[in-house]
Amino acid sequence: MNKVMSDKWFITLYILPAMLLLGILIFIPLILTGYYGLMRWDGIGSMEFIGLTNYINVIQDGVFWRSAGHSFLLALFSTLSLIIYLAVAMILASKIKGSDFLRKIYLIPMLLSSVAIAQLWIKIYNPSNGMLNEILRGLGVQNPPLWLADPNIVLYSIFVPILWQYAGFYILIYYAALKGIPESIVEAAKIDGATPVQIAFKIKLPLIMGVVKVTVVLAIIGSLKYFDLIWVMTGGGPNGASEVMASYMYKLAFANNNFGYGSAVAFMLLLITLLVTLVVRKLTADKEEIQY
Amino acid sequence: MVKMKAISSFAALAALGLVAAGCGGSDDANVEGSNGGDSGESATVEFMHLWPQGSSAEHHRIVNEIIEDFEAENSNITIDMQVLSNEQYKDQMTVLSSSNQLPDVGMTWAAGYLDPFVNGNQFAPLNELLEEEGLRDDFVAGTLEAYEKDGETYGLPLELNTVYVYYNQAIFDEHGLEAPETYDELEEVINTLDENNVEPIALGNRDRWTGSMWYMYFADRIGGEDALNSAIDRSGSFEDPALVEAAAKVQELVQNDSFVSGFNGLADEEAKSMFMNDQAAMYMIATWDLPNYTTNEDVPQEFRDNVGYFKFPTVDGEGDKDSFVGGPGVGLFVSENSDVQDEAKQFASYFVNEWGERAVSEAGVIPATVVDGEELELPDMYVEVLEDLNQATNLTLYADVQMSASVAQTHLDLIQSLFGLEITPEEFAERHEEALSQE
Repeated sequence: MNKVMSDKWFITLYILPAMLLLGILIFIPLILTGYYGLMRWDGIGSMEFIGLTNYINVIQDGVFWRSAGHSFLLALFSTLSLIIYLAVAMILASKIKGSDFLRKIYLIPMLLSSVAIAQLWIKIYNPSNGMLNEILRGLGVQNPPLWLADPNIVLYSIFVPILWQYAGFYILIYYAALKGIPESIVEAAKIDGATPVQIAFKIKLPLIMGVVKVTVVLAIIGSLKYFDLIWVMTGGGPNGASEVMASYMYKLAFANNNFGYGSAVAFMLLLITLLVTLVVRKLTADKEEIQY
Repeated sequence: MVKMKAISSFAALAALGLVAAGCGGSDDANVEGSNGGDSGESATVEFMHLWPQGSSAEHHRIVNEIIEDFEAENSNITIDMQVLSNEQYKDQMTVLSSSNQLPDVGMTWAAGYLDPFVNGNQFAPLNELLEEEGLRDDFVAGTLEAYEKDGETYGLPLELNTVYVYYNQAIFDEHGLEAPETYDELEEVINTLDENNVEPIALGNRDRWTGSMWYMYFADRIGGEDALNSAIDRSGSFEDPALVEAAAKVQELVQNDSFVSGFNGLADEEAKSMFMNDQAAMYMIATWDLPNYTTNEDVPQEFRDNVGYFKFPTVDGEGDKDSFVGGPGVGLFVSENSDVQDEAKQFASYFVNEWGERAVSEAGVIPATVVDGEELELPDMYVEVLEDLNQATNLTLYADVQMSASVAQTHLDLIQSLFGLEITPEEFAERHEEALSQE
């Protein structure tokens, strides 16, 4: 059997189905998107080849870069919030009462669909009879903020539910990683007189660093291509104040009937995400992985 | 371990097989349809509409009844129906048309929405159908025109909507107010309501077309019925002083706290629910909402009894109150690439005919076909609206529908900024000119 598995032909045969699926569903559409970006195309009629015009326009498109800025801001916030998730996971993983119960509660937002979450938060943010402003008024605030209507704060208003939505996911990952640390190491540290803070920073954190890096990459990529909550809650408005790259792309293709330009934006989104992923991986690359 | 891998790759293979089988399935269906059309024995007409049972129960039921009747009368034709909700429907249209797979009969919007489909030869021309069946005379004047391009008609309109301001009679009575006839009176009403801590006007401007209707009415009253139309078709300009003045009036309303707080972040549905829960006194919407104020049993009787409406007031003594913003809603198209085009056309004309009467009496839709309101038992508000339609001097089609898709998006975004006081009326005009000149 081992002989079979070292035969290149058999290896090829075995990975072929997965490769085909990936190819058909992901790589070919990717290439096609890049190709459509070279066209003037309304999505319905015939295409007209216009070279790199669309791509040049994207690079000079202020709206695109403003949206990209919003996406990067979301990436920054997502990454920073990982610290909070990690802290919560550490507390849960140390044997406190009801940690099992709390873990499940944190996971609930993950189980809701984005549209349900969006509707929930739209209600909370409602300027006149939403929960949040009712509370603020109860506390004596005269003119509570117009959370989703004020261009200056709308972006941050949407970040809150987005971060809330993924909290459970990251906490779960960190929790699992922390549970994987052998008890004996922590015991040994305790015997040597390490404080809980020292144990957290000097023992636990370095041991799960690999997982932390993965979550950083996940958070950044997820943020850069984020779409659903923003689309449902504001549609990118008011007047582009909460537009992100993905919602801009969607608008161009489906609302403006400009598939050529939309494809070019989509391809730029891909390039940016790839580039950022490479940079993040480079920055977090470690010569030696710490082993138990 | 080796065995596990073998099993999982087998599973992957099997999954691939399923995908392939899925593709094959839909191919078969198409072949079947075309065979049926050629032989003339039996045909399947695919029909796609946007009235799901959940959100448009009455519409949905009437459509089903019409299909049943049609199939009973034409036993050789089967209607294969697909239902999607509004936004998904639009997406689906784009996706299907890009792969030449539009249903044989479906629904489309007028004017600007139609353009790419007509240019891409996706919709069948319907003039012949309109002439030979004498169908043309059935439509209310001005509705078919919205579906025309270069003298050829590409859609059979089903609905006709005009925009009114609805108001809550109980709130008006409580503060001793009456439906305003002029803009000055409207301002007084708003001031009185504000003084009494009542939100005057519900507006969900996240959807942007809602705000556009306010702007359009000001444009119509101040600049006359042609000002906006000619600015859009380029025989005029958005920098026309009347149109700039209209934009300024919008901002005046905003500055007077006329609209509910945070309107730029509210969806139309949210604004509507504020109006229907007595949280705001007025609400501008088209007649497609009439059932909510008349026949819809889900809305409390007390509220329905309390709703009145008024025509948009004259502004500074100018404007014609019988000039309306509105237009046909959706219409039927027949696919140019349909294998069963004759049957599809037959179904479309049958549908339009049947729709007219049933729509108004059962679903509360004002149809685009001529209906004799006197013979039907209709709520008063309907009779009045039908009368208003007879007296209407002008119907201005929604600006975002008149414009091409990308200009419409610019217009809608600018509307949001205008209402948000982020740009001046002059900038508003200038940016429209910019967008239109790039066309």
